[in-house]
Amino acid sequence: MTLPKFISALAKPILGLTLAVLALTAPLSLPPTQPVERYFRVEASQFAYSPGVLQVNPGDQVTIDLVATDVVHGIYIDSYELQASADPGQTARLTFTADQAGLFRFRCLVPCGQLHPFMLGKLQVGPNLLFLRAVLLSLVGLLLVLWKKPLPIASI
Amino acid sequence: MEKTASYRFDLTRYAWVRRLLTSRWPQFILRAITLAGFVLVILTGFIGSPVGSRNFAVMFVWIAWWSALKLIMLPFGGRAWCSICPIPMPGEWLQQGWLVKPGGKKFNLGLRWPRRLRNTWLQSAGFAAIGLFSALTLTTPVVTAWIFVGLIIVAVVVSVVFEQRSFCRYLCPMGGFIGLYSTMAPLELRPQPDLTLVEKGAAVREWPRGCPWINNPAALKANANCGLCLECLRTETGANMTLNVRSFDAELGQPGAFRLDEAFLSLGLLGSVMIYSAVFQGPWGALKNAALYAGSPAWWGFAAFFLLASFGLLPALLAGASALVRRTGNLGKPLRMVFTRFSRALLPLGLLSWIAFTVSFAFGKMAYLWPVLSDPFGWGWNLFGTAAVEWQPYLLSATPVIEAVLLVAGLIWSGRTILKTAEQLGVRGERRWAAAPVLLFALAGTLTMLWLLIG
Ligand SMILES: [Cu+2]
Repeated sequence: MTLPKFISALAKPILGLTLAVLALTAPLSLPPTQPVERYFRVEASQFAYSPGVLQVNPGDQVTIDLVATDVVHGIYIDSYELQASADPGQTARLTFTADQAGLFRFRCLVPCGQLHPFMLGKLQVGPNLLFLRAVLLSLVGLLLVLWKKPLPIASI
Repeated sequence: MEKTASYRFDLTRYAWVRRLLTSRWPQFILRAITLAGFVLVILTGFIGSPVGSRNFAVMFVWIAWWSALKLIMLPFGGRAWCSICPIPMPGEWLQQGWLVKPGGKKFNLGLRWPRRLRNTWLQSAGFAAIGLFSALTLTTPVVTAWIFVGLIIVAVVVSVVFEQRSFCRYLCPMGGFIGLYSTMAPLELRPQPDLTLVEKGAAVREWPRGCPWINNPAALKANANCGLCLECLRTETGANMTLNVRSFDAELGQPGAFRLDEAFLSLGLLGSVMIYSAVFQGPWGALKNAALYAGSPAWWGFAAFFLLASFGLLPALLAGASALVRRTGNLGKPLRMVFTRFSRALLPLGLLSWIAFTVSFAFGKMAYLWPVLSDPFGWGWNLFGTAAVEWQPYLLSATPVIEAVLLVAGLIWSGRTILKTAEQLGVRGERRWAAAPVLLFALAGTLTMLWLLIG
């Protein structure tokens, strides 16, 4: 294998790796926002939270009032490891600072019926970077799959 | 098009491996264990705790077995589960008149399976039916138990009326799923590659009782219909068969015909995993309730949506994309062929979507397993001292990353296969952009799964 051919053979993996690393590390976050107070009244009923998706910014002071409308329900926020539970008709309050960015699921903590293990909602703190990067990585992947032409350097 | 011989390593070149596989006992012992588990599932389903997450049947089948199947057995062993599945055992005993090997009085009409049903349509229907009732099945032990009782009754009846393992090959609702995706498994049972055609003919003629999976082992080229029952290794001409380790892409990377029923199954499975993800991992309560209350008006809406999306919308979209490729690529091939081959190229996306979906819930739910292992009936037992272990999710921060990597890998694998398929269909190398519509279909599928699981 001649040197130019060797370089050309390496071109695709190198370009692929570069693009992949770019997709994974590109600074996608928005400029930091002024922390504000966020209040959510979340109604829990079999087998969902309403609203099911809570959107805040990093640093925000978040208050969640969990209202159980039918039977006892709980809430457990992944990674934040915060929890509360509310009796029927009652309200339980969670207050915290959204100091971890990303998408977190929250789940029911108290067995509340058949689909209890699948009762969940989402807390999104800032943009969902993992999702955005996965989308970028998908595009990079497809581009590399399509790109087959040897670099012109091979003909030198 | 470059033709590279894929790497294969013959495990049966070692005499001890061949002896281990040729003896019926190791497999029989494994099947005896799975049969015991099966009986325990039915018992605990009927008389154990009615709460799904505390019941052995539900947790064992839908968390332990279903996850192990999709994370380990299927991606690495193909039809390995079929090799040790207990469901056809009673029927086989009747067929062969003996527990371990043929002998004794046979109890079997031995009819051939109806020609029109020698395909995967019934398996698609069965898998879809499981999907329609999944929220109920997954959470209700009695329903799980009844499904297993039903499976075994049907398997016995089919074994008595029809030949061999017709049930496994044409009817088992899991069989279609496992068979289709076993195309990408790095394990295969094949005839010796250096057999001459004459010898192959001889191997077929000398077949003493026929392949239980109704194949011609000497002509075996694909994994889909080979149940790894290993019976061909045990015949007089068994030395002609080998069990090989191969690359994941060894079979899918080669051109292969795909029937229309397999194409619909491929897309149906892709649609199903999206709907499963939406029901079980989405925040939509109305959807969960619609899926749960079978028979309610909302459930009928859910059922209609499930079936139309999986077996109508996705095939229609791919058919449209295939038509575009066919036109822009100037292919002289019938649309049906273009459509089915591209459905085959989408298998990696489907399999990795199933694996990602499994990752999304398996680690989160695994901790429910420990208490039911110690107390399968919910009678207050504590067999292994784990009855009181509290639920906690495992690998919580890592699972979304793993899911994303799996889905992107599935897209790249499918993307490569789509381009290879396009070339095989006659799209010239320099016009590879002609395959873009099908690539976009794959991209849309991947983004949908990404959005459902980590979005
Ligand atoms: Cu609840």
